Amino acid sequence: MLIFECPYCGVKAEETELHAGGEAHLTRHGAGASDDDLKSYLFMRKNPKGVHFERWQHANGCGKWFHAARCTMTLEVFGTYSAQTFEPPAELVKKIKKKRPDWEGWT
Amino acid sequence: MRRYSAFAVAREALRYNKGWGRAWRAPQPKKHYDVVIVGAGGHGLATAYYLGKNFGITNVAILEKGWLGGGNTGRNTTIIRSNYLQDPSAAIYEKARGLYETMSQDLNMNVMFSPRGVMMLAQTQHEIRGFQRTAQANAFQGVKTEFISAQRVKQLVPIMNVDGPRYPVLGALWQERAGTARHDAVAWAYARACSDMGMDIIQKCEVTAVNQSGGQVTGVETTRGAISCKKLAILVAGNSGDLARMAGFRLPMESVALQALVSEPIKPCLDVVVMANTVHGYISQSDKGEFVIGGGTDMYNNYTQRGSFHHIEETVRALVETFPMISRMKMMRQWGGIVDVTGDRSPIISKTPLGNCFINGGWGTGGFKSIPGSGWGMAELVAKGEHGPLTAEFGLDRFNEGRFIDESVAAGVAH
Ligand SMILES: Cc1cc2nc3c(=O)[nH]c(=O)nc-3n(C[C@H](O)[C@H](O)[C@H](O)COP(=O)(O)OP(=O)(O)OC[C@H]3O[C@@H](n4cnc5c(N)ncnc54)[C@H](O)[C@@H]3O)c2cc1C
Ligand SMILES: [Zn+2]
Repeated sequence: MLIFECPYCGVKAEETELHAGGEAHLTRHGAGASDDDLKSYLFMRKNPKGVHFERWQHANGCGKWFHAARCTMTLEVFGTYSAQTFEPPAELVKKIKKKRPDWEGWT
Repeated sequence: MRRYSAFAVAREALRYNKGWGRAWRAPQPKKHYDVVIVGAGGHGLATAYYLGKNFGITNVAILEKGWLGGGNTGRNTTIIRSNYLQDPSAAIYEKARGLYETMSQDLNMNVMFSPRGVMMLAQTQHEIRGFQRTAQANAFQGVKTEFISAQRVKQLVPIMNVDGPRYPVLGALWQERAGTARHDAVAWAYARACSDMGMDIIQKCEVTAVNQSGGQVTGVETTRGAISCKKLAILVAGNSGDLARMAGFRLPMESVALQALVSEPIKPCLDVVVMANTVHGYISQSDKGEFVIGGGTDMYNNYTQRGSFHHIEETVRALVETFPMISRMKMMRQWGGIVDVTGDRSPIISKTPLGNCFINGGWGTGGFKSIPGSGWGMAELVAKGEHGPLTAEFGLDRFNEGRFIDESVAAGVAH
């Protein structure tokens, strides 16, 4: 069972308390965007084997969306952080790199 | 290849079954093939088979990182139906269902296709309207389905509680010629036929890189050495994203876990397949007597081939209301597979940014039923380099053009 610490209310929530929201840090496009950009935003996903940055909602708790870094090969949760950012915090990236030396890093 | 027949069974019975021999060869990989297929699941093997049978291309290798049929093909709950909503889906799933009817004869191996009928329960007003619409669409597509009453449901499945307190059964979409087949046998039958045509099925051979030059694939690196090829076909289901990464493109697809479970065996009491989309569960009884049960996927990206416990609980809870007898049964085994889910819940059968590389995936929770139809169409795409009518709508370009084949509303549950 996955356990995430909600960065807003501090609760250690297990997955039935949460709602998964898919890949984080997508570049958003709206009306007037090219077909390619719109397709990338709406459908194309990294779907990596390994480190994945993703969105979760503390649905049955404070209700807020937050970000998490998790390994799709082991289901290890590396950490959670606020949704009010365009990229993961530097310390978290460093921590993951230490655990996963082969990881290509945040891109 | 030694033919399987009643005579052969009798002959082997008389000599202690010592004369059967291997069903397929275990060759060393050659340096070069005309076509290399990645993934010896049902789709990869069927593609190889129809490449040989329909197009005479037999210098083919099928590379498999584990054992053949050990991916989703050997983990699925074997529901075969073709009552989809959109025309392109109905066409390919119905083609596949038709090929299943004659598969045992065609491949000379009993795949235990059992057209026992599939019913999809309507448990809300919304579902009644949805299924009536599907039945209407199926009538135009030439797929025989009908919307049946709750009384008829009870007649077909006496052990069902149609007056459940939460979601009473209001009717069902019924496809009489749908059913199940033995999943392993489907993979084995294709493998045996491919090997017999001289194709090499190479197990424990993982593709680790895709070599290319000037926009064309030249070959692959594997754990058993480099292999060059004229054409590459990728059919790796939940690992599609990983192969695409090796080849240098991205896909509109994510990999998530889907689970299933089986009960202890009991006497025959359920001779159709029942799917309940609103409460997220489906059930059939195997020839051994076990209830084969499945439900919904997890929500998050996953490559571990195991899923979350609460989904098992949710699935069983959903079915207990409709089949009260389940509450006293023991569940014996539970497992997971990694399914490849696309944005419109329809598969991808497509050219790729690399000229001689083709991909077939995104069958998600429902690609066992399509194995022969998908292989038939994919073989044409690989052989000719162009789509035939069966696969034309399933290209990656549909995501650019907004030309979706939206089955997400039609197929509410994993199957
Ligand atoms: C629990 C569950 C229940 C299901 N129930 C149904 C159902 O009732 N009806 C239905 O129609 N469908 C069902 N499905 C879906 C169905 O199982 C799949 O859509 C179908 O089996 C996919 O077949 P495939 O050949 O594409 O993939 P697979 O059978 O997964 O084969 C892909 C193969 O590629 C190999 N591979 C991956 N990466 C590499 C690599 N790098 N190098 C070499 N080989 C590689 C894998 O080892 C695997 O053997 C279910 C799936 C699951 C998990
Ligand atoms: Zn919270």
